Amino acid sequence: MRALAGVEDEEKWLAEGIAGIQHNAFFMHRALDANNLREVLKYSALMLSELRTSKLSPQKYYDLYMRAFDQLRQLEIFFKDESRHGLPVVDLYELVQHAGNILPRMYLLCTVGSVYIKSKQAPSKDVLKDLVEMCRGVQHPIRGLFLRSYLAQVSRDKLPEIGSDYEGDANTVMDAVEFVLQNFTEMNKLWVRIQHQGPGTVREKQEKERNELRDLVGKNLHVLGQIEGVDLEMYKETVLPRVLEQVVNCKDKLAQYYLMECIIQVFPDEYHLQTLEALLAACTQLMPTVDTKIVLTQLMDRLSNYAASSPDVLHEFLQVEAFAKLSNAIGKVIDTQLEMPIVGAMTLFVSLLTFTLRVHPDRLDYVDQVLGACVVKLSSVPKLEDSRAMKQVVALLSAPLEKYSDIVTALTLSNYPRVMDHLDDGTNKVMAMLIIQSIMKNDSCISTADKVEVLFELIKGLIKDLDGTNVEELDEEDFQEEQNSVARLIHMLDNEEPEEMLKIIYVVRKHLMTGGPQRLPFTVPPLVFSAVRLVRQLEAQGGNIAGEDVPATLRKIFQILNQTIEALSSVPCPELALRLYLQCAEAASDCDLEPVAYEFFTQAFILYEEEIADSKAQVTAIHLIVGTLQRINVFGVENRDTLTHKATGYSARLLKKPDQCRAVYACSHLFWVDDPEGIKDGERVLLCLRRALRIANAAQQMVNATRGSSGPVTLFVEILNKYIYFFEKGNPHITPSDIQSLIELINTEMLSDNGNTTIHSDPFFSSTLRYIRFQKQKGGVMGEKYDSIKL
Amino acid sequence: MNYLLGAFKPACNVSITFSDGKNRKQVPMKKENGQTALVPLFHSQDTISGKVCIDPYQGKKVEHNGVKVELLGQIEMYFDRGNFYDFTSLVRELDVPGEIYERKTYPFEFPTVEMPYETYNGVNVRLRYVLKVTVTRGYSGSILEYQELVVRNYAPLPDINNSIKMEVGIEDCLHIEFEYNKSKYHLKDVILGKIYFLLVRIKMKNMDLEIRRRESTGAGANTHVETETLAKFELMDGTPVRGESIPVRLFLAPYDLTPTHRNINNKYSVKYYLNLVLVDEEDRRYFKQQEITLYRLKEDTSS
Repeated sequence: MRALAGVEDEEKWLAEGIAGIQHNAFFMHRALDANNLREVLKYSALMLSELRTSKLSPQKYYDLYMRAFDQLRQLEIFFKDESRHGLPVVDLYELVQHAGNILPRMYLLCTVGSVYIKSKQAPSKDVLKDLVEMCRGVQHPIRGLFLRSYLAQVSRDKLPEIGSDYEGDANTVMDAVEFVLQNFTEMNKLWVRIQHQGPGTVREKQEKERNELRDLVGKNLHVLGQIEGVDLEMYKETVLPRVLEQVVNCKDKLAQYYLMECIIQVFPDEYHLQTLEALLAACTQLMPTVDTKIVLTQLMDRLSNYAASSPDVLHEFLQVEAFAKLSNAIGKVIDTQLEMPIVGAMTLFVSLLTFTLRVHPDRLDYVDQVLGACVVKLSSVPKLEDSRAMKQVVALLSAPLEKYSDIVTALTLSNYPRVMDHLDDGTNKVMAMLIIQSIMKNDSCISTADKVEVLFELIKGLIKDLDGTNVEELDEEDFQEEQNSVARLIHMLDNEEPEEMLKIIYVVRKHLMTGGPQRLPFTVPPLVFSAVRLVRQLEAQGGNIAGEDVPATLRKIFQILNQTIEALSSVPCPELALRLYLQCAEAASDCDLEPVAYEFFTQAFILYEEEIADSKAQVTAIHLIVGTLQRINVFGVENRDTLTHKATGYSARLLKKPDQCRAVYACSHLFWVDDPEGIKDGERVLLCLRRALRIANAAQQMVNATRGSSGPVTLFVEILNKYIYFFEKGNPHITPSDIQSLIELINTEMLSDNGNTTIHSDPFFSSTLRYIRFQKQKGGVMGEKYDSIKL
Repeated sequence: MNYLLGAFKPACNVSITFSDGKNRKQVPMKKENGQTALVPLFHSQDTISGKVCIDPYQGKKVEHNGVKVELLGQIEMYFDRGNFYDFTSLVRELDVPGEIYERKTYPFEFPTVEMPYETYNGVNVRLRYVLKVTVTRGYSGSILEYQELVVRNYAPLPDINNSIKMEVGIEDCLHIEFEYNKSKYHLKDVILGKIYFLLVRIKMKNMDLEIRRRESTGAGANTHVETETLAKFELMDGTPVRGESIPVRLFLAPYDLTPTHRNINNKYSVKYYLNLVLVDEEDRRYFKQQEITLYRLKEDTSS
């Protein structure tokens, strides 16, 4: 009926009910004032009869109940005062039972009962037992629930708990517990039964209404949790088994879920710990539709917090083998609840893992065990597609990283990579990034090849294309960031021991080489530099590795380097490769390995010739080559000549005249190394410079012809500076007259061309002249040299 | 008017007092006019003694052909109203014929009177005890005065008092088992019991326990049976589930009950029944009736 009625009707009924209560309460109060017991009972029963309605929703009924409740307080005061009604309370207790309707009768009985207990004329346990028994007469779920909640409320301060007035003699705390348990059991039954009322069409509404009532039931558990004197023994032997029995037997998902939650919240942590077995056993017996994972999660969270609260309690966890029990229970729940989505199982594992990390941070095997169980579960289902589940797995994998703040620990977990295998590629990458970030954040150094191997296995999502990845889908920026991270990671792989470091490099290389052309430009440079660092370390130590002589080892490393850089050709990425070759050449030079260095140069030149086509790139490359070559002093005359010749040749063949010019005058340095053992071939320097001048001239003429780009006067000034440099360094082939004539040349050029070029080259030229003047004035050896130059 | 009234008034005032009137317990009794009066209470084997006082009005004399007091036990059937069947009749002659001029008192005594039946006021029958004083006069009609008594008889505690236990039900619909702790209750007793629900397939509104009185009068073809429900006591609200047991605790004191009377002088019987009634949501009633025996237990002297 109620389901069909509108809200309006309900309001009306509620108003009627309230009016009825007020009306009868008025007469009741009059009788109270007159101390007329008979009338009091009559009108209070009439008033309470309003609560017999079936028309109201729980919420409205509660409203009504509260109004009656207020009146009952007045009644109780009256009952308490024997002088007002003249009856001993025991007679009163009988008298109220004469009421014909059960609901008013029971409310009155509870009210008198509470007075009866207070009077201590009867043992509280007897009265409580009687009340809780007699309430059985009200089987209507909502009315029964409210009645029993009234009983719970009036009896709350009269339980024979320890330290209370009502404890003692035959009344023990056990009686209090017994009473509350029984009331709880009955209330829960009533609560569960609400769902069987009314037609199925209003199921949803009923669920909602039931939910509103749940705290009435849960209140009992709170009381149980608060009763003084319930020690662990009693909790273990009586309270928990009885409560759990009710929870399991009621076979109602709403109730089971809520009550388990209550149990976990209201009782102390240490009790939970000691009764873990029973609690978990109950969890596995819940209805399949119950969200057991949340229940378990809450339990584990509580226990974790408990463990975290004080280190003193940790031994308790060990004592009861908390981990094993939890782990078993979770396994069982996952096995039995087939419908549980994978995300649920993962959530459970995350909780368990969190628990483990908090309680047993030293037990890596436990962590591994959890991950192992997770792997088993994941293997049993097709590839993960649920994004929420994925998130949980990421959380699962991140937890150890955060806890140990040291990736090295995670690397020892054998199941860790196996879990990662179950992630989809995107998530796998996210996870890999997390791992790398963790390493970066903690600045942890991975120092053995084995660990590196594992680590690369973990982050292989970043290292290479996984099957089925659609390359085009990748976001360019993300990809770059990922690869940069990998590059940074490579720098974290370090070991003081060259032997181990070499192994690490082998491993890294092995993995990186699988990365494909997209990744190599990012990953090869760090690897190369890492290797070069090792080379320099070895060279500095001059020591041996495993009996091999150093050069052999070095040669091996260089060989690897060579191969590694060669891999870049597949990209292709010639500029980068060129730079790396030059780096290696320099390193090889420092190690006095002439052929190796030569080889690298050869490679660089080949690249230059064959791969670098862009003129700007060529300019840059030439300058790099020249710069490097200039510094390298390992080469014999012949080799060096070949290389310098080549370099100069390339310089002269650059596309643009100014570039040619600059490259050529740069080449001049190849023949004049400013250190004691360096080559000093003044003649060839001069040749270079003259050649540069010729080119500059040609450029000048071209500009004159076309009236375009920047002034070749600049080139002349630059060349002038080179002249001055070599002049100062004491190149005998550079004479003051050369400089003199060059200055004049520039002056002439400037006169003939007073266009834009003047403005441009003026400051540079004038500061050059100023420098010369300064040197002249300074006197001394340098001054004398400059003496002959006339400005 | 006063003298006129006086003309029709009886010549004297007759009153009956009991010798232990001040100590004797009085109980309320409903009179025919609906009012309740307090009436002295007797038990079988009591000695009924007292005084009859005849007080002529001022200046009048009473001539009479004798004064007597009778103790009558009468059964009156309402379909035969006014016709009393006396099952007990004791007489004491108090005075020989003569004249009374002034107040005169006669003591009387009926020693250890056998009053086997209790006073009873039913629907169709009543049983009463009465003291009747007759001042016999010739032509002007006798002067009569009545004094009602209430007789209650105590029964000893029954030797055998089994509980009532029974399983009843409607096939595939409702099975219950009920149990009342006794089959014989005294009038201030408490009925304790339990109702077990073994099978519940109907939706119930409530369950009541009724006390019904069945009064049968007459005999043979003239038997009249009258049933009254004296108590309706709600035991349960709502529908229980299988396995539920509902407690019964019914105090008999508040109800106006009499002991069970069986075949009183072949005139009538009064029997009591406990009727367990289940009402379903469509207001259908399912019930089971069980006879109980009520008896009067000697109360404590204090009460």
